[in-house]
Amino acid sequence: MSTPLVRPKRKNPLARTRLPLLPQGARSRTALGLTAAAAEGRFALQVCGDCAHILYPPRDVCPRCLSARLTFGDVDPYGRLVAETTIRVSTDPYFRERMPWRVGIVRLDAGPVIVAHLHGDTIEGERVKLVLKLDKSGSAVMFALPAQETPHMQADPHLREMTCDPHYRRVLISDGRNAVGQAMTKAFSEAGASIVFVGVADPWKPFPGMAELSKIERVEIVALDVTDTESVTELAAQNGGRIDIIVNTGEHVRPGGIIARGNLSIARDEMDIRYFGMLRLAQAFGPALRFRGADGANSATAFVNLLSVHALMNWPAYGAHSAAEAACLSASQCMRAELRPGGVRVLNAFFGPLETEWFQTVPPPKLAPAALAKAVVAALKDGNEDIFVGDIAWDIRERLKANPKALERELGSQ
Amino acid sequence: MPRQLTARRSYDGVVACQPVTVPYVRYSVESAAWWIGRALHQLAAQSGLRPRDIDGFSLSSFTAWPDTAIGLTQHLGLSPRWLDHIPLGGASGVVALRRAARAVQMGDAEFVACVGADTNHVDSFRKTLSSFSRFAQDAAYPYGSGGPNASFALITRNYMNRFGARREDFGKICVAQRDNARAVPHALMKQELTLEAYLAARPIADPIHLFDCVMPCAGAEAFVVCREDTARAQGWAGVRILSTIERHNAFPDDPIQIRGGWAMDAGELWAMAGLRPDAIDFVETYDDYPVISMLQFEDLGFCGKGGAADFVRGHTLTNDGSFPHNTSGGQLSVGQAGAAGGYLGLVEAIRQLTDAALGTQVPDAKIGLVSGFGMINYDRGLASGAAILARSA
Repeated sequence: MSTPLVRPKRKNPLARTRLPLLPQGARSRTALGLTAAAAEGRFALQVCGDCAHILYPPRDVCPRCLSARLTFGDVDPYGRLVAETTIRVSTDPYFRERMPWRVGIVRLDAGPVIVAHLHGDTIEGERVKLVLKLDKSGSAVMFALPAQETPHMQADPHLREMTCDPHYRRVLISDGRNAVGQAMTKAFSEAGASIVFVGVADPWKPFPGMAELSKIERVEIVALDVTDTESVTELAAQNGGRIDIIVNTGEHVRPGGIIARGNLSIARDEMDIRYFGMLRLAQAFGPALRFRGADGANSATAFVNLLSVHALMNWPAYGAHSAAEAACLSASQCMRAELRPGGVRVLNAFFGPLETEWFQTVPPPKLAPAALAKAVVAALKDGNEDIFVGDIAWDIRERLKANPKALERELGSQ
Repeated sequence: MPRQLTARRSYDGVVACQPVTVPYVRYSVESAAWWIGRALHQLAAQSGLRPRDIDGFSLSSFTAWPDTAIGLTQHLGLSPRWLDHIPLGGASGVVALRRAARAVQMGDAEFVACVGADTNHVDSFRKTLSSFSRFAQDAAYPYGSGGPNASFALITRNYMNRFGARREDFGKICVAQRDNARAVPHALMKQELTLEAYLAARPIADPIHLFDCVMPCAGAEAFVVCREDTARAQGWAGVRILSTIERHNAFPDDPIQIRGGWAMDAGELWAMAGLRPDAIDFVETYDDYPVISMLQFEDLGFCGKGGAADFVRGHTLTNDGSFPHNTSGGQLSVGQAGAAGGYLGLVEAIRQLTDAALGTQVPDAKIGLVSGFGMINYDRGLASGAAILARSA
C-alpha cells in the first residue's frame, strides 16, 4: 500500500524554491502517437493493419510482415512485471534529484515487452496494468499500476509526478458567480484541495448560490474580475505564489451568429470575458505557476480551460460565441508550450451545451455543471490534457474525426 | 525459402597482427579524430607501415560525429581502396576482423588498419545515452535515465531470479579480472578488489553495484589484418583466424534477454574451427556487465543455459587459473573507451597469442576465443560476434 499523503507543511518563505527540471521529452514523430493517447487518458499501441501484430516501441514498419499500415489502437493493458530495478544513479538532472526511481520490464498479454515506470505497489512477477501518462516534459510514458486497486494508490510519489491530483493542492476558481464555478468549487473541495480560492466580481452584489458557496469547506472567497486587469494582477500579487491549480470558469454564453447580431457589443463582451479574461489570468499567474512547477509536494501543476466543443467547429446558432471559444483554444495551445518548461499542464475540457439558462432552448442531452466539475477533477487525477465531457462533446469529436466538412454542413443546418 | 547454408570458406592465409593500445584516460579534451590518429601513429611507428601503405581502413567510433570513416580519410591523410565504418559498439572488433580478413583474402586490400577509438568529454556520456538510438530515446531513456546500468540491471535481475546466480558469482568474475589487470600498466583500475569490497559497493541500479559497471573513458585500440606471408616477410608476429560468427537481433521473441546471438551460431563457430570448447586456452568476453560474460560462457558452449554460475564457481578465472578470462582485466578494470571496448579483447588476444601480453602471459596460450556484444537499442544488446584465434605456426 502507498503511504497516504500528509498535508504539506507551510513553506519556509526564506527557503529557495526548487526550480523545475524536466525528464527528456524528445520523441520520434511516430512515438507522439502515444502522447496523443496519453493526453486523453487512453492506452493505445500500434497495431499492424496487415498482420494484426501489436508493436512496441513505436515503429514505421511492422517487424513481422514489413507492412507500413500501422495505426494506434486501444489494446489490452494487462501483463506481468517480469523484472524490476531501483535506479539509484542517473545521468539526467531531473531523475537525479528524484532518486531512487523504480522501473521494470512488463510483458503484456498482448505480446509487446515494455519498459515502464513502476507504481510502488507493483510486485515483481505479478500482474500489472499499464497506463499511458504524460510526464513532466509533456511526453507520454508507460506506467505500471498494480492490476487491482490498492489503498491510497493515488498518493504514490512517482504517479503524483505524472498527474495533477488536487489533493492537498491549492486551487483558484476564477468565477464563483456562475453554476459551473460553484460546481467546481464543491468538486475541488471534495477532492481534498487544501484551499479553494473562489473569485467573485463585485462581492457586495448578491448572486444565486452565494450562501451555499461560502459554506463549502476550505473555501476562501476573493475579489476577482477577469475583465479587470488590475483586479487580476492584484490577486496574483497576493496569492499567486500559493496557487497550484487555476480553473478558469469565466463564461459568457449568448446565442446568435455573426451577421445576425448587427453590432460588436456582445462579441466584445464575449472576447473580453472569455479570451482576454483567459489572457489576463495567464499573464498574471503564468509566471508563478511555471516557476513553482517543482516546488515540493504541493507544486504548481495545472491550468484548466473549460471550452465549448464548438471551439473545434463553429455552431452558427451560437456562432460568435464559438469563435471566442476557438480563440481560447488557440491560446491554450500557446500556453501549453509556455508552461511546459515548468512541468505545468494545461487541461482543456471540451463540452456541449450545459444545463444552464443560456442554453434554455437547446434540446437535450445537456451537461450538468456538477458532471463537468467531476470530469475535470477526474482528468486532473488521471493527468490528462484533453477531455471530452458528455455525449454532445463526444459526438462532435467523433464526427470531426470522421469528416470535418460534413460536420461543418451539419452544424450549419441545425 | 529456407535453404541449406553454403559451407563457410576458411580464413587460411590471413593473420591479425600489430596490436595497438593508446593508453586510456578517464576524461579527454581531445576529439575522436585525435584518438584515432594516435592509434594510427603508434601503429605506423611499431610496424613501419607508412600511411600510404594502409590501403584498407576500418573504423568504429561513437564520438567521431559528424564524421564517419570517409571524412576521416581526409582528416588523417589516408587514401584507402577499401573502407569500412562499423557502428556495432562492443561487437565492432570481431566484425572488423572478419570483414577485413575477407577483403585481404580476396585481394581487395593488402593492409587493413582496424581502429576502435572514442574520446570521453565531461558530460559526453550523458549526451551519448540520451540520443543513442530512436528506441532508446522513445522508450528507454525517459524511464529514469539510468542508461545501460538500468537495462542490464533488469537483465541481471531476471537472470538471477531464473537461474539462481548470486552476486558472489558475478563478483568472482570481477575480482579475477581485477587480478589480471593489476599487471597491465594502462588499466584505469588497478587497486586490489576483494569479494568483500565488491559485495559492499554502493548500489547503482539493483542488483547492479559499483564494481559491476564499466567506467566510461577515452582510448583507442587497433590492429592490422594482412596476408600471413606478408606478415612473415615484414617480420611481424600474427595470429590465425580459425573461425568467426556474427548475428544481430537474435531471438527477438524472448521477453527479456537470457541469451545472445552466439546461441544461434556457436555450433558453426566450433565446426569451422574443428575444435571443442576444451581446446581453448583463454577467453575474452565482452564484459560491460558480468552477467553478459555469463551469457557468453553459456551461449558459446562452455556450459549449458543457466549453468554459468556453477561454471564460475568451479573454475579459477585468473591468467594462471583453470579458465583464464579477460586476461588484461577487461573493460571492468581497464575502462570502457566507447567502441574501443569492442576491440579490447581482440587486441589482447593477439598479444596473448604472440607472447606480447602487457600484463601476465597465459602459460602456453595457443588458442583463444574472443567474443563481442553491443548496442542496447532498447531493452537488450542486439549485436553479437565471436572469433577463435590461434598462434601462427
